[in-house]
Amino acid sequence: MAVKTTTGAAAPLPAADAAPAAKQGFWAWLNKRMPVDDFIASQLTGYYASKNLNFWYFFGSLSVLVLVVQLLSGMYLTMFYKSGELTSFDSVQYIMREVDYGWLIRYLHSTGASAFFIVVYLHMFRALLYGSYRAPRELLWLIGMLVYLALMAEAFLGYVLPWGNMSFWAAQVIVNLFSTVPLVGPALVIWISGDYGIADATLNRFFALHVAVVPLALLLLVMLHLVALHQVGSNNPDGVEINDRRRADGKPLDGIPFHPYYTVKDVVGVGVFFVLFAIVLFFAPTLGGLFLETTNFEPANPLSTPEHITPAWYFTPFYAILRAVPSKGMGALLLLLSVAAYLFLPWLDRSPVKSMRYKGWMSRTALALFTVSFVVLAYLGMQPAEGLYVVLARIFAFIYFLYFIAMPFYTYFEKVKPVPERVTYHAH
Amino acid sequence: MADHAVVADDEVDLSRRKFLTRATIATGAVGAAFAAVPFLESWSPSERTRAEGAPAELDLAKVEPGQMTTVVWRRSPIYVVRRTPDMVARIAGHDDQLKDPTSQYSDQPGYAKNPLRSRTAEFLVIVGSCTHLGCLPKQRFDKGELYPSWPGGFFCPCHGSRFDLAGRVFDGSPASTNLQVPPYSYPNARTLLVGEDEKGAA
Repeated sequence: MAVKTTTGAAAPLPAADAAPAAKQGFWAWLNKRMPVDDFIASQLTGYYASKNLNFWYFFGSLSVLVLVVQLLSGMYLTMFYKSGELTSFDSVQYIMREVDYGWLIRYLHSTGASAFFIVVYLHMFRALLYGSYRAPRELLWLIGMLVYLALMAEAFLGYVLPWGNMSFWAAQVIVNLFSTVPLVGPALVIWISGDYGIADATLNRFFALHVAVVPLALLLLVMLHLVALHQVGSNNPDGVEINDRRRADGKPLDGIPFHPYYTVKDVVGVGVFFVLFAIVLFFAPTLGGLFLETTNFEPANPLSTPEHITPAWYFTPFYAILRAVPSKGMGALLLLLSVAAYLFLPWLDRSPVKSMRYKGWMSRTALALFTVSFVVLAYLGMQPAEGLYVVLARIFAFIYFLYFIAMPFYTYFEKVKPVPERVTYHAH
Repeated sequence: MADHAVVADDEVDLSRRKFLTRATIATGAVGAAFAAVPFLESWSPSERTRAEGAPAELDLAKVEPGQMTTVVWRRSPIYVVRRTPDMVARIAGHDDQLKDPTSQYSDQPGYAKNPLRSRTAEFLVIVGSCTHLGCLPKQRFDKGELYPSWPGGFFCPCHGSRFDLAGRVFDGSPASTNLQVPPYSYPNARTLLVGEDEKGAA
């Protein structure tokens, strides 16, 4: 291979890890009372990441960016939104038509929700591609999955708040999934709803969960995700542990400080992301019914089911799996498994290598088929559950699960390529 | 004056200290569990909601033969169908295509656990909420309306569950059980009371 590897020691590094000059004045006063410099030195300028991180590594920082967009726009929405079955729908219309820039704040939030799932799905795909869930990053992966579950809960709860007809029926379908819990199912549904059906009480508690409980949990989990990341260090496209080879000063030979190198790189990602985000936000905020559904522009009506109920696009792969099973209990169970399966990945993958760069053709085919099945299921979840669509949903649900079930076998038996001792890196 | 004598390490009874720590944690955990009860209980339907769940009445004379009307009880749509003798006849003959023809695994009061799933052959009283995921099944009462051998019944537009004119679910539907029958009674010949029967109000 014509790969040129730089000699680590030759690269000039910033003086951040040199002893900081004695400071005086306010900064010294502050640092005596709060470890600001120490924190920056240990978590940013002293946090080393592999020097070969590529395009796929934009999506972690972009997820944090979208989280901030959602928190800011969400806070402003609560200033105008009135939770309640008689007021919710009208207050959203009020925001859209009468509050100055209300439309912008709400579209920021609704487009942000879809953007969140796009960057998180790409972030997760990166982990599948380069084996970022493998030891020693199992806990990092599990915390990340909890972030994803909290995000799903947050998205669902938020979807109910405008109290459009699709909001109502989405709540009906999802809350009724709990009726399949053995023994306590029906009582559990009434307890969650706070009424004998989805009603005002349900809407109000969903609002509280959406603006307080789940966001706080999300922030805590994201923080833990970062703490765990900084403990084990970022993976890289080669799946080579950079901590195994160190310079004389103890820093990883193939590592570079997160700040300034990756902060500068991520800013480029942020720029590109904001351009794409703005295009959707200003020119196609509903994205043809994909980001905001047309059926939700009429108020909730418990006596009128929409012709076919579909969730927002980011849930449709799982929804297609739910509907592919002709039994309520089994459907709910498979839905649960289709999300929970990711939790087991660190222990299902038995390959001696981490990255897809060095895995064999079986792993590559499996990941390709899995990705195709995810996309096809996403499409099928938006279609009516009848005829060919159901047959296809069953076939692709089978492929989806096969990726996980067969993983211990194809990763163990396939022939892998030799992993280089150091990361592959093309100097620019 | 207080005695600040230093206790030597070997004089500390560690097992006693461990026991006390564990006992404190256990007591605290029990206290936390009790403290959680009011918060969990607050999610149950409130007094007002429970009061609003009172039985609903319907004047049966207003329902024409072969027609269906909807009563709302506890926010659930209750379908009341006045079945003609022809419709009753179409309930028989397809037991082999049903998931639960004898309502063994379905939810209904004892007086509705029969092939017609009702107190009388004429009136069918069911919860109009699909047992799959709670959508409203649509009326498809005419013979052959969905496909040539269709005996008439209900069709759920959400996920395609099908039920016959007694609310019994057909094979190949995502719903697993027959449409639920609420408790109901006839206080007199022309009145239906949903939510109350011989056992009292539900």
